Amino acid sequence: MTDAVLTQAPARSGFRIRSRAVRRFLKHRPAVVALCVLVFFALVAIFAPFIAPYDPIKSDFLAVRQGMSAAHWMGTDELGRDILSRLIYGTRTSLMAGVVPVTLALLISIPLGLLSGYVGGYLDSVLMRFTDALLAIPFLVLAIALTALLGPGLFNAMLAIGIAAIPIFLRLARGSALAVSKEDYIEAARAGGNSPLRIAFKHVLPNMIPPLFVQATLTVATAIIVEASLSFLGLGQRPPAPSWGSMLNEAQRFLPTQPTMALWPGLAIFIVVMSINIVGDGVRDAMDPRHKS
Amino acid sequence: MTLRSFILRRLGSIIPTLIFVSLIVFALQKLIPGDPAIAMAGDESNDAVVEQLRAKYGFDQPIYVQYFRWIGNVLVGDFGSSYRNRVEVIDLILTKLPVTVELAVLSMIVALAIGIPTGILAATHKDRFTGTAANIFALTGISIPHFWLGIMLILLFSVQLGVLPSSGFVPPWENLKQNLLSLVMPSIVLGTGVAGVITRHTRGAMLQVLSSDYVRTARAKGVSERIVVSKHALRNALIPVITLSTIEFGQLLSGAILTEQIFSIPGFGKLIVDAVFYREYAVVQGVVLVTATLFILLNFVADILYFVVNPRMRGAND
Repeated sequence: MTDAVLTQAPARSGFRIRSRAVRRFLKHRPAVVALCVLVFFALVAIFAPFIAPYDPIKSDFLAVRQGMSAAHWMGTDELGRDILSRLIYGTRTSLMAGVVPVTLALLISIPLGLLSGYVGGYLDSVLMRFTDALLAIPFLVLAIALTALLGPGLFNAMLAIGIAAIPIFLRLARGSALAVSKEDYIEAARAGGNSPLRIAFKHVLPNMIPPLFVQATLTVATAIIVEASLSFLGLGQRPPAPSWGSMLNEAQRFLPTQPTMALWPGLAIFIVVMSINIVGDGVRDAMDPRHKS
Repeated sequence: MTLRSFILRRLGSIIPTLIFVSLIVFALQKLIPGDPAIAMAGDESNDAVVEQLRAKYGFDQPIYVQYFRWIGNVLVGDFGSSYRNRVEVIDLILTKLPVTVELAVLSMIVALAIGIPTGILAATHKDRFTGTAANIFALTGISIPHFWLGIMLILLFSVQLGVLPSSGFVPPWENLKQNLLSLVMPSIVLGTGVAGVITRHTRGAMLQVLSSDYVRTARAKGVSERIVVSKHALRNALIPVITLSTIEFGQLLSGAILTEQIFSIPGFGKLIVDAVFYREYAVVQGVVLVTATLFILLNFVADILYFVVNPRMRGAND
């Protein structure tokens, strides 16, 4: 059996499985609606400078803490800044804080997980004990401790969230690599005389991605909440740059007089996180129909 | 496999994990940029003082010696001291932890009281309006940012209605009624998230049990649906939920960080946030180490509970 035949067979069937999964996902109506909501927020983030009616960091002391009006649809904050504009720019921070740490965690976890699961042995034992230990430290506690170490700021917060997410993906990637490496087609590839490196990257790696993709979707939601939490505590995005978490922190002081200041950023986090969770459920159901949520 | 051998086997696996946790927590301190002796000596220090501090705290020793020295102290409860409060870290932890444990217990009561019935409804009324509503509740509980929910509850019950205090924790031995009143909103905030998780798991477990052969047999024998659900299905479906609740309890201890901040509760979560702001690394280390150890122990308890309530485990591991 040639290597070309070996690579083409799973690839073609993999394509068929993927297109079937896409069809199943499109039948999951709530997930499709949620995906549209996320696309809307992504467009808001990309085109923020064109959509936002005001400069999000420019103070206007003649318009301090105003209610909702035609000029300021969501009112203004304690420095007279337009809340809608800050919310629009805050979408950038939140979506970035969701995607960047998860990408970072995946980039580190996938090769390490592949190595750990496919090679096994002493390296696997040490890595898994290390992962167990990291998983024992709750996500937010680890993120706070790392931010304490790195110093406050959005970049450091994202780095801390990414590092805190590594054990989740590492364990999953290793499990997937282990399961895939026991499949018949891997055995066949080995018998065909392919090098271990080629088998790992050409055959094991593409097949261990689906479960990681589901977990990545759900972890983006967690990362957004953790970033908002860190910013709420003053450890994330630095003022005056807008972030939904820091907007909530500022709003807390004016709760009795201007409750809407706290309403909008929280609602935005809630809608985005809920949409991601619904999409995550949809993706999981589409990829593994036996596990229907 | 006997319970004893199961416990011994699990203990054998958690000890290496605890050692790795201690290594990570120790590394956290060592990764802080700058010389700790210079930081301790303060601005008006000279080389002699810095050298003295270095020798006193063993910073001039090889890294492994420093680790063994540190872990030796930790094992006898010496986590160092807080320079801001001039109090031993262990005393701070022992004062703050019970507050968070009380909050976590109350939150877990809220979570179980809401999560289990909602999960049963979601399973028994699947594909009906009630079931869909229960699913939406679970999803909301999981997705809602709890610190925002806390702020919204303060707005409604403290600012608008004025029926519940927004802050002002009172220890239970001083005034139990005030203590419980001050924890009503925080436990609802924390409990809702866990209730969402419990609802999903109860639903999943119930659906699995309700489609099993023995439930079908019970139905065929003419047993009423109420008895089938409460007596036959629920008892078995609750097994994984019990173990999950133990693990979730561990999550509650750390999930309380923001809730304690919003409601000004002087617990474990507020301790770590304050420590981060005042750069008290000994306190951060102590809190992280204790949280991780509690989390590992709670997982251990969850495993034992699962072993005890699930007789199949004994056969499976023989």
